[in-house]
Amino acid sequence: MIEFNLDRGSGVSTYLQLVHQVKQALRLGTLRPGDQLPTAREVVESLAINPNTVLKAYRELEREGLVEGRPGMGTFVRQGIAGATLAEHTRLRRGLEAWVREARAAGLDQEDLRALFTVVLADAAREGVA
Amino acid sequence: MRPALEATGLGVRRRRTWALRDCSLSVPAGRVAALVGPNGAGKTTLMHAAVGLLRPALGSVRVAGEAAFVAQDKPLYESFTVAEMLIFGRRMNTRWDDAAAAGRLAGLGIPLERKVSGLSGGQQAQVAVTLALASRPDLLVLDEPLANLDPLARHDVMRSIMAEVAGRELTVLLSSHVVSDLEETCDWLIVLNGGRLQVSGDIEELLDKHLVLTGPHEASAAGTQMVSASRTGRQVSMLVRGAPPLDPRWQARRPGLDELVMGYLRSPESAVLPHLAGVDA
Repeated sequence: MIEFNLDRGSGVSTYLQLVHQVKQALRLGTLRPGDQLPTAREVVESLAINPNTVLKAYRELEREGLVEGRPGMGTFVRQGIAGATLAEHTRLRRGLEAWVREARAAGLDQEDLRALFTVVLADAAREGVA
Repeated sequence: MRPALEATGLGVRRRRTWALRDCSLSVPAGRVAALVGPNGAGKTTLMHAAVGLLRPALGSVRVAGEAAFVAQDKPLYESFTVAEMLIFGRRMNTRWDDAAAAGRLAGLGIPLERKVSGLSGGQQAQVAVTLALASRPDLLVLDEPLANLDPLARHDVMRSIMAEVAGRELTVLLSSHVVSDLEETCDWLIVLNGGRLQVSGDIEELLDKHLVLTGPHEASAAGTQMVSASRTGRQVSMLVRGAPPLDPRWQARRPGLDELVMGYLRSPESAVLPHLAGVDA
């Protein structure tokens, strides 16, 4: 079972935060095929958010083939996120760590790094790279 | 689908002025609609007209099904116990679900034998909302349900209202001064200002079609429609409708709900309304 939490100051829309948290749990293996996601009512009772937000997040996960809604029963995990992703993650993380060390050596501080990363991410999203 | 609440050319007079004027809106069923605006904007007037507590001078307002209303001062009898409030509610209403009300209060840990005067502000709000829900309304209208409550009680009240919306077909219209309380809970926004309707629409769609632009004041924002602007020295910050402008000197981002609301309230002549869809499309 997964317990959602919200970062209210993050600027990321609530439904996307829920989507990301399910994906993260799938990557980490804390959610596995067959596991049930909490009902919309359970989520709104703990987070005080609009139930349509939860349904929207679940629809998005369903559209991506990660979960399936079974009428009258709930929403269940269909498949995990491929195991290779974890190895990829480790490799990319090493690369990013090397980049951070390099940027620090060049005199960038925490804020500079974050700003640079955010700008590159945003540009990539605009160009359809990410 | 039939709208849960529909106003057409609604106008309400208060003595010699208009408390509400030329108000046309439609809230789809199953939504949680936030009604915001400064004091005297006409929020309570709109709610009173919706639940039939006052008669409009012009136009009409229609609710699909039954409406229940909780006034701002949480109308409970201080000397009654919670159980007596339930009996009172049962006698005053033709539709009444006693089991659901008792179950809801038990779930909230509110003792039936306690006097209303002995409850905390948050518990009183929960009892008032429970009584309104016990009449099984299709539309629940709450005037400032979170006023005078501490953050924990505000969270608890909203949680229990959201759970009700998740459990059955219920539309909610609630007013508040504090936009941050509404950010996660509401999916429809209604902005009133000086008796005029400025905004009525789906919150996600509204946020998607607006931008906050920051840049030098001489940059061109051609192609966008300005809602409001503030200028500091050479820099200008604007709330606009439309696609990002081509001028690369602008930094553009999606507004937060509070920025959208403030932007409109600062310029009362701006409006984004469904019947103007052809204009701002």
